[in-house]
Amino acid sequence: MDNGKKKVIIIDYQLGNLFSVKQACDSIGINAEISSNKEDILNADALILPGVGAFIEAMINLKKFGLDFAVQEKVKNGTPIFGICLGLQLLFTKSEEFGAGKGLDLISGVIKRFPQKVEEKIVKVPHIAWNTIYKLQQDWKNSALSELEENEFMYFIHSYYVKPTTDSCILTNTNYDGIEFCSSILQNNIFATQFHPEKSANKGISIYRNWALINNLL
Amino acid sequence: MKTVRIIPRLDIKGPNLVKGIHLEGLRVLGKPADFAKYYYEQGADELLFMDVVASLYERNSLHDIISETAKKIFIPITVGGGLRSISDIKDVLRVGADKVCLNTAALKNPQLIKDASRMFGSSTIVIAIEAIEEHEGKYLAYTDNGREYTGIDVFEWAQRVDELGAGEIVITSVDREGTGEGFDAELIAKISSLVSIPVIAHGGAGKKQDVVDVLQACSPDAVMISSLLHYNFIKENESAASELEGNVQFLKQKRSFHTFEPCSIADVKKELLINEIECRL
Repeated sequence: MDNGKKKVIIIDYQLGNLFSVKQACDSIGINAEISSNKEDILNADALILPGVGAFIEAMINLKKFGLDFAVQEKVKNGTPIFGICLGLQLLFTKSEEFGAGKGLDLISGVIKRFPQKVEEKIVKVPHIAWNTIYKLQQDWKNSALSELEENEFMYFIHSYYVKPTTDSCILTNTNYDGIEFCSSILQNNIFATQFHPEKSANKGISIYRNWALINNLL
Repeated sequence: MKTVRIIPRLDIKGPNLVKGIHLEGLRVLGKPADFAKYYYEQGADELLFMDVVASLYERNSLHDIISETAKKIFIPITVGGGLRSISDIKDVLRVGADKVCLNTAALKNPQLIKDASRMFGSSTIVIAIEAIEEHEGKYLAYTDNGREYTGIDVFEWAQRVDELGAGEIVITSVDREGTGEGFDAELIAKISSLVSIPVIAHGGAGKKQDVVDVLQACSPDAVMISSLLHYNFIKENESAASELEGNVQFLKQKRSFHTFEPCSIADVKKELLINEIECRL
């Protein structure tokens, strides 16, 4: 039955738990496979770039398997990609972290670390919490977030956040203890979230389903 | 916005969910999967599974329970108990854990915290600290569920853990754990103010007001609860415990201790919101 079904590759750069991303895909009937193979990526109908681990290690591993160019080529040719957490950050130009260097540079912008203090008050980092997401300029009616209410709670776990060069790609922002940051982006075929939809209960799973529906993957 | 998390803790021994007092005297309460599903539906923000005898016997038996749970439950799962190396951590992440919780191995070899944080990201590494009050204001860290003395000062250890790159600390008051007498406010407030990473308060929740109190007085980032929620689950559900292992007399009597006013996660969260403590309901 799966013969006619679009193939989604969950990109494995061998750092962490892809189990829950795969389970989220399986639960709504996406034909997803975990792979570190360049050919699989080049042949995929859509890509998921998940997010566990450190930026530096992730870029090193992507390069080691020759996946960085494969992902760049596919995305530039219009293949849908869904980045999650570190997977969102990897799409950006570069990290401000010392020695971290360049990302995939598919979206213009930088990756910053949360400050240790805001006005003498200590900010706990990592930001590990269910926090709310809200709209900026883009409407999310026709995006993967279509089933969510404004200020829906999503699960975050991260020390770094992205700062896009222009606001136009920002889909939602989130405020952590006084610091406002970009919590999801949508730019043509690129959709990515700082939060973990596969860890955000039923509402989070709706994001996978709607992303798949929009891109005719089901 | 700053929100707090409520994290049910599931202590596991063999195939069963168990609960002790001061981390000892384990009673069998039921099947872990039943409790996990119930807490997920009730709005748990995360789950923690702790293999309470793994360190003791140097074994690691949680894998099946984790992979089964992670198939149906879409919230973060932390796993602890008996994890001693990078390869143990890798294995448990592969079967579906999102984070790991280390205690004994980290105290024996602090370098493990650094290596693991670098490899898997800080936010994957949670350090459990089991504190026993020595005398007024002096707390020492223990391992193996409060059994093994280390002589290490809890506050110095917490700061070291932070420096080594851990993502979170679970601070357990072994003195209060399982008693329902309320949290150790002094211990939790001090840890929370000393470190730059999130702190999870554990040990002593006997009623929902205890949770409100610790959050207001000590500002931890999350609260970990077991007995308070488990006793409520037992009242409302049947969970067939495997009688092959452990003490099930307590379960059959369907009672709890007089120090507890059992309630659900939703009850706790409603109480938080009434007290203007932000959380996801």
